[in-house]
Amino acid sequence: MGQGKRILITGVSSYLGLRLARRFEHDDEVQAVVGVDLHEPPGPIGKLEFVRADIRNPLIARVLDSTEIDTLIHTNISSHPSRLGGRSQIKENNVMGTLQLLAATQRAKKVKRVIMKSSTAVYGMGPKEPSIVREDHDTRHAHLYGYGKDCAEAETYVRDFARRRKDIEVIILRTQSLIGPTVRTNMTDYLSLPIIPTALGYDPRLQLVHEDDAVEGFAQATHGAPRGIYNITGQGVVFLSKAIRVLGKVGIPVLYPAATTASSILRRVGTVDFPSDQLQFLIYGRVVDYKRAREEFGFVARYSTEEAIADFREHRRAGAKVSV
Amino acid sequence: MQGASNDNVIRLDARRGPHRCEATTTTGRPCRNHAIEGERYCRVHGRQRANAPAIAPSESPTSDQELRDALVDLDAAPSVIDRLSAFMTRRLKGDYPIDEFGYDEELSREILLPLLRPLYEHYFRIRTLGMSRIPNEGPALLVANHSGTIPIDAVMMQYAVATEHPAERVVRSIGADLVWAAPFVSHLARKTGNAVACDEDAYALLERDQLVAVFPEGFKGVGKGWNERYRLQRFGRGGFIEVALRARVPIVPVAIVGAEEAFPMVANAKALATLLRFPYFPITPTFPLLGPLGLLPLPSRWVIEFGEPIPMDGYPDDAADDKMFVFDLTDSIRDRIQQMVYKGLKYRGSAFL
Repeated sequence: MGQGKRILITGVSSYLGLRLARRFEHDDEVQAVVGVDLHEPPGPIGKLEFVRADIRNPLIARVLDSTEIDTLIHTNISSHPSRLGGRSQIKENNVMGTLQLLAATQRAKKVKRVIMKSSTAVYGMGPKEPSIVREDHDTRHAHLYGYGKDCAEAETYVRDFARRRKDIEVIILRTQSLIGPTVRTNMTDYLSLPIIPTALGYDPRLQLVHEDDAVEGFAQATHGAPRGIYNITGQGVVFLSKAIRVLGKVGIPVLYPAATTASSILRRVGTVDFPSDQLQFLIYGRVVDYKRAREEFGFVARYSTEEAIADFREHRRAGAKVSV
Repeated sequence: MQGASNDNVIRLDARRGPHRCEATTTTGRPCRNHAIEGERYCRVHGRQRANAPAIAPSESPTSDQELRDALVDLDAAPSVIDRLSAFMTRRLKGDYPIDEFGYDEELSREILLPLLRPLYEHYFRIRTLGMSRIPNEGPALLVANHSGTIPIDAVMMQYAVATEHPAERVVRSIGADLVWAAPFVSHLARKTGNAVACDEDAYALLERDQLVAVFPEGFKGVGKGWNERYRLQRFGRGGFIEVALRARVPIVPVAIVGAEEAFPMVANAKALATLLRFPYFPITPTFPLLGPLGLLPLPSRWVIEFGEPIPMDGYPDDAADDKMFVFDLTDSIRDRIQQMVYKGLKYRGSAFL
């Protein structure tokens, strides 16, 4: 057998998984990529061998062994309730999926590295949270709901797993919200609204990561990160009010209690999928520190938050096709 | 020894010896008042000069360039409009930088600080002492007493350092969660450079060589009654000392005198406070009697004194973990600020006139 990593990507049909599979297509350090998901990824991708499976299925253990995987990238954690059939369904996928995937991995003999996609949502939001959150911030007291809670629970399973299999290098990447020409997230949906509702009297700081940077961050971490937890984000922050101005949109301040109603109406009519558990964001925002990823494996985002928003604006204006 | 060092508080600038105001009085005689510490004029003439037109005879421009600049200033009307329109364009296009904490320097310096000027200079008539003791660069931790029901003392201190300090540094106060949960207040606090009262933010700011201000008394300080005025409350749990020790940055003690009289809290409506989830609900002579008008501070006279910096780098590495040592140090700094407050009160004289 030749040299190079044999990588398994869960959630390969989701945005990040798919981009990573394409990123490894021309990566000489990667020998083979196995993608697992419920839906087939669009178009053929070199090196990629697709396996249609649910990560909650014990079949995964056999896939891991038979394909001699040495690196597992777990991106199958989703934040879009309405696209996966509601909150309980998504929790099942995020939390139980991670638990069962790790159970299968624990028996796998050849796995040397596990990279898990998490989110900065695990830090929670609130008036007491630090202005710039570092990876070692104590998250035990954070009041988490929905996606953030899923990520935090999935992370605890990953950490337990790391304790049981000390020989495996476990890396958790907490990504900020992605933005860019092709990605579709709650944030891009929100910022694509013709009129953007904001919370009256609040102007949160936005910190985002460009889609290309996020993919590059995962690729770099796959190859070079020492075990640990890393924030993946673009540098710099902008106020929401400024982002709205840069995008050439109009913001309408809404009383915060009314914002909850507004968000559920918008979700009902299918315009925007901004879960109410993430509405707190409109008040407090969340900014994280990026230094650890830079120091430990040299990841520096090429786009600052402001540049990422500008890139998003340019491509949306040009009417680029949006992938889901 | 303690007494001798405290004399510094009121003493005039010793290095140059006590000197008199350099101005001449209206009768043509030299003014006989003592000059303000570190300045050339006394209180009366200093203020007159500050209010005088930009080109005072003694400071007339020398070079051609300066003369031209001065002439442009004289012909200021269109240039103000130009600057304003340029400013507005920049703001509307979103073409202005902020730091990661959200500090918007342009907004702060061009719009918000000038708005405070009348309050600072004419209403509270704030005098500062020892401004030069704040280092011109590098990190430092300002530790101040907290008073006055509404924390405008932090705002006034920020104004003082931003305008009167030689390097015009920005003070980054760290404020309690109530500030960050409040609408309007929270984003104003962000944009003027403040941060959340937690160790992470304090370290992050000090790492970035900023001037950080803490008010260790917290709500106990601002929410104390009139009968306890100028009596410093417990200094938190010593967290700020640990931060200073670990970051090895000097502590500059600050005494703010005058805020107590601006909002004299004669009673605390505790039931109402619980109902509204405030840490206290102040009853002052004018609030809530006069409604929103009662929120207007009384025109007390203020003195802000910056003490001699206390170096924090001479201690062993584990000093911050030694709780007894931290408590002792906390107490000694609280004591020092208390003494500065008493001296400041004496120095100020009448509270309102």
